[in-house]
Amino acid sequence: MVRLLGRLTALYRTTAVRLSALYLLLFAVCAAFLVFYVTSMSESLLEQQMRDAVAAETAEIEAVFDNNGMNGLLRTLERRSRQPGANLYIIASPTGEVLAGNVLSLQPGVLDSEGWTETPFRYQRFQEEDARDRHMARAQIVLLSNGLRVLVGRDLGEPEHFRVLVRQALMVALGVMGAGALAIWYLIGRNALKRMDRMSGASQAIMAGDLSQRLPTSGSGDEFDRLSESLNTMLGRIEKLDEGLKQVSDNIAHDLKTPLTRLRNKAEAALAGDGAAADYRAALEEVIGESDQLIRTFNALLMISRVEAGQAPAEMRAIDLSGIARDSIELYEPVAEDCGLRLAGTVDAGVEIKGNRELVGQALGNLIDNAIKYAEGSGEPDIRVTLARHGGDVVLSVADSGPGVPEDKRDDVVKRFVRLDESRSKPGTGLGLSLAGAVMEMHGGHLELDATHPERENNRGLTVRMVFPARPG
Amino acid sequence: MKILIVEDDLEAAAYLAKAFREAGIVLDHASDGESGLFLATENTYDVLVVDRMLPRRDGLSLISELRRRNIHTPVLILSALGQVDDRVTGLRAGGDDYLPKPYAFSELLARVEVLGRRKGTPEQDMVYRVGDLELDRLSHTVRRAGKEILLQPREFRLLEYLMKNAGQVVTRTMLLENVWDYHFDPQTNVIDVHVSRLRSKIEKDFDQPLLRTVRGAGYMMKDEAAG
Repeated sequence: MVRLLGRLTALYRTTAVRLSALYLLLFAVCAAFLVFYVTSMSESLLEQQMRDAVAAETAEIEAVFDNNGMNGLLRTLERRSRQPGANLYIIASPTGEVLAGNVLSLQPGVLDSEGWTETPFRYQRFQEEDARDRHMARAQIVLLSNGLRVLVGRDLGEPEHFRVLVRQALMVALGVMGAGALAIWYLIGRNALKRMDRMSGASQAIMAGDLSQRLPTSGSGDEFDRLSESLNTMLGRIEKLDEGLKQVSDNIAHDLKTPLTRLRNKAEAALAGDGAAADYRAALEEVIGESDQLIRTFNALLMISRVEAGQAPAEMRAIDLSGIARDSIELYEPVAEDCGLRLAGTVDAGVEIKGNRELVGQALGNLIDNAIKYAEGSGEPDIRVTLARHGGDVVLSVADSGPGVPEDKRDDVVKRFVRLDESRSKPGTGLGLSLAGAVMEMHGGHLELDATHPERENNRGLTVRMVFPARPG
Repeated sequence: MKILIVEDDLEAAAYLAKAFREAGIVLDHASDGESGLFLATENTYDVLVVDRMLPRRDGLSLISELRRRNIHTPVLILSALGQVDDRVTGLRAGGDDYLPKPYAFSELLARVEVLGRRKGTPEQDMVYRVGDLELDRLSHTVRRAGKEILLQPREFRLLEYLMKNAGQVVTRTMLLENVWDYHFDPQTNVIDVHVSRLRSKIEKDFDQPLLRTVRGAGYMMKDEAAG
């Protein structure tokens, strides 16, 4: 019993149930009003009918008296009284004394007035001996030309009965309605409760750490499904972020430990040496160099995860991509020249995108830096930076003619710390392309890798395109 | 120069104190935001070096409070956060410069010195002079010993920044930030290449070098002949 009560309480707390209770109440009020209205309308209709009937009969009786005199009147009344469900007839003297009629007793005072009785009155018929078995009636009283009074009345049992019937019908209707509502209420509420329970069960499993779990959907596309779907999308994003975080920690464990070990080895080797000041200095400088590289890797990693998490500079504003492209070409051009390369660009003027200048600059810088690194010594000195609009998109590309990246490796090199074996000897963190990729994703765009000269046998070159949707968001 | 360091890591603070003193800079140290605010209000410093995360009052609120009290001592913010947006919020709170941790001391020293001398910097001078080198900011011309040297616009801005801070070490990052307005890691030695190009233009035909490379730190414009 207590459990049932508890369940009912829980049921009551559900929104569906509260809403249906409210509807039930409103409906009941409307129904009651309707029934009241219908009853009062039909009552007045009935009364009108009664009055008309009584008035017609009264007129007939007056006519009978006028034509056939007292005897005719008495005969007519007698005949009428015998009919089943007859009206009440009384002939009384001018002083109110009952002379004839089919009524045994009458509420006193009824015969004193003339015309319609103001209120229903009690009466008793001859056949009914029991004094309690009284009826209510209304009547019209007329004065005949010889001074006698004639009362023609009609029993009110009929409208009274009708009222009782209507009241009963109302009760039954309300009862059925209430029971139905309760049943629907219970079914809907229980259904909602069950689905809620399933959802909270699933979310508990998720909270316990199983991020691959998803909330159940019924496939009906209702509110619960829509809620589950958006929560599932959210979970997907959280899972992706979580994976990213795990990947970063794995990478930190793996790829930061190597340089740290190198760093430690160098310091140890210096300590084990014979201690000439110059050796120490050289060793310390190497150690600082190593730690700078470590910091650089670390910063790049953090930046990637921040960018991927989408919490990187929310400051997305209109930026002059043409300016960034020109500045970057100008910034790197001398370095390229020093490496025996030619860095040149074709930059459309006035290209604006919504974004973060620093991040886009960093991404482009990484691409140019890569191009310089890999084109150097390949015998193909040309590096081209191109900014152009292609349909709705804005494409900023860096093309070199170096060794390029084999087609099957192109997806890999964008991943963190992935460096092709041939490039392990080059300086770098292995994060440049990953950062560029993350930055592009943050700007609603993507990175495309392609061969610059697909027709060649070797030195096919690499073209990296940063594709921005013209005006995201 | 007298500076105040607000840093809660005592070991880091002790290291900074020693290193700054060796560089000839007098300093006070506060280990939390409230005492930092007190010292900065009571005394006069040339530069404040403020860690972002501090007990009792964080670095940014310390700076905003100082600015609210109309104290405009230059502030350098140190932060372990170091992301682009953190730098923006730091500068918006009233900081003048921002250095992410971990940093090289030479970088910090160079920035503190530039900030500390900012008051005396001839911001409104139209002509900068170092030795026989002259840079006219109005007409955008550079002359050495009366002979005009033609520079690219970016080279001009590079030289302008170096000459404005003549006699002080200017790091590569400071150049990247102030001349290119970039706050990221360019990976390679881009700045060195630009500086060496500039150097060849202003020193090629002259005996007296003006632009020195400071090992492990950066560059310095200085008239060596003048001492």
